[in-house]
Amino acid sequence: MTERAYTLPIPTADEASAPFFRGAKERRLLLLRCPQCGTWRLPGRDRCVDCWSTDEAWAEASGRGRLYTFGIMHQQYHPAFADVVPYNYAIVELEEGPRIVTNIVDCPNEALRVDMPVEAVYDDVSDETALVRFRPVG
Amino acid sequence: MNDDRDLKGRAAISGLGITEQGRVYGHNAAWFAAEAVRLAIEDAGLRKDEIDGLLVNPGMTSRPGATGLDLQNHLGLTDLRLLASMSCGGATAGIMVQYAALAVAHGMATHVLCVFADAPLREGRGGGAAYGVAPPAPPPGMRGLYTAFGMFGVNAQYALAARRHMGMYGTTNGHFGAIAVAQRQWAAMNPFAEQREPITIEDYHASRWIAEPLHLLDCCLVSNGGVAVIVSSAERARDLRQPPAYIWGMGQGHPGDLRRAGWDADTRSGAPLAKERAFAMAGVTVDDIDVCQLYDCYTYTVLVTLEDYGFCPKGEGGPFVAGARLAPGGALPVNTGGGQLSGYYMWGMTPLSEGVVQTRGQGGERQVAKHDVVLVTGNGGILDHHSTLLLSPHPA
Repeated sequence: MTERAYTLPIPTADEASAPFFRGAKERRLLLLRCPQCGTWRLPGRDRCVDCWSTDEAWAEASGRGRLYTFGIMHQQYHPAFADVVPYNYAIVELEEGPRIVTNIVDCPNEALRVDMPVEAVYDDVSDETALVRFRPVG
Repeated sequence: MNDDRDLKGRAAISGLGITEQGRVYGHNAAWFAAEAVRLAIEDAGLRKDEIDGLLVNPGMTSRPGATGLDLQNHLGLTDLRLLASMSCGGATAGIMVQYAALAVAHGMATHVLCVFADAPLREGRGGGAAYGVAPPAPPPGMRGLYTAFGMFGVNAQYALAARRHMGMYGTTNGHFGAIAVAQRQWAAMNPFAEQREPITIEDYHASRWIAEPLHLLDCCLVSNGGVAVIVSSAERARDLRQPPAYIWGMGQGHPGDLRRAGWDADTRSGAPLAKERAFAMAGVTVDDIDVCQLYDCYTYTVLVTLEDYGFCPKGEGGPFVAGARLAPGGALPVNTGGGQLSGYYMWGMTPLSEGVVQTRGQGGERQVAKHDVVLVTGNGGILDHHSTLLLSPHPA
């Protein structure tokens, strides 16, 4: 990224999501995978929606997916975003199944397309935190 | 299972109260709720002591002050046989009417008030500011990602759904714009409507972006006001002041959202599920519908709802609404009071109130000539909740 200080809000881990945030810093996309039925889910959900098992195991996802849908935000809801509107926000559907909120980088907003293949990039926004953003593949 | 048709025509909407709508200042939600109730009772020709049920959908600014018990005591309604506050977003109005209809059809209550009111607008502040702002700091954990990536508010979420439809089916802003233009034409004939100046498709395209693909003119208004209806048994409704709007069919659909591959919660609503039971109860098909009042938080919601009821195949909603099909004089009259885009934003009470007006034949210059079967839909959350009501001026 740029040399300027990062000025957008930086999220913080809670107990349930700590491995996800730690993983991002290590360039790994860590999610939960149900040990009983194999269904993947995002952190922060303490029960598998398929088999209702509360067992959990962390597993590394591929980081590949497709751009399920996106928007270009023109309204400024949060003062920190005043200088970046219009910006994209997106939902990426990971190969493993879960859909995750993100931004698409390395791509002009006009070139974004529903279902385009994307891959994770790890954006160090502070010494402690890396955000999982995505960029087009190929 | 019992025959669905047992319930057809057993209950009716017997009263309707609509307060002043829009930029009406100086009153809170509780005031608008009470005023809507007063107007509905007067409309039906009832006395307040004849009301024995109260269902309330509190708006965003209603707590405290306009929940069921608050409103009961504010209005001095005593010895109710039915009382609840309900919350399924914009589907709640239709859902309240359904529970009220079941209650009066089975003798649990006789005249049930269903009420919505809200007062989010403040003088000197824009509608965009009405529903709160983003938290300055992200909440801890995964929820904080929405703040970090700049995804705020309901506009952003409906933009995602609309974009998915565009990507899958080639739907365009021109299609969405046709809905906005048609509804403004209807609003011009509705004295309660807030926005009555005609707009063109060029005006639509020129209106500022909110969250692409949504323009300002894709989004509903924000309104202060209240609406109340009274649901009575068919027998009792016949003795009252107004022509009954008989409830021919009703249903709900809450599809859930698994938020993962293979699940579509963006281009499909709960309408197919709700429609199935409602249409079977009424004994009608989509070809029998004369007038539609479709929940329209956004133009896109109208388009997806038309598809989900089978007015056109899935994915063809764009070409279907193109031209003036939904406009005055078009083949399918939709949102004949201007809806929430141009009329007033009273959640599910907007389509319901206009549905009652059209069913009674009291629409004045906007009245649709043939109104034997009127479809009223509600939608809550991000296509999470759906309610169907079929109204008719005929008992069966």
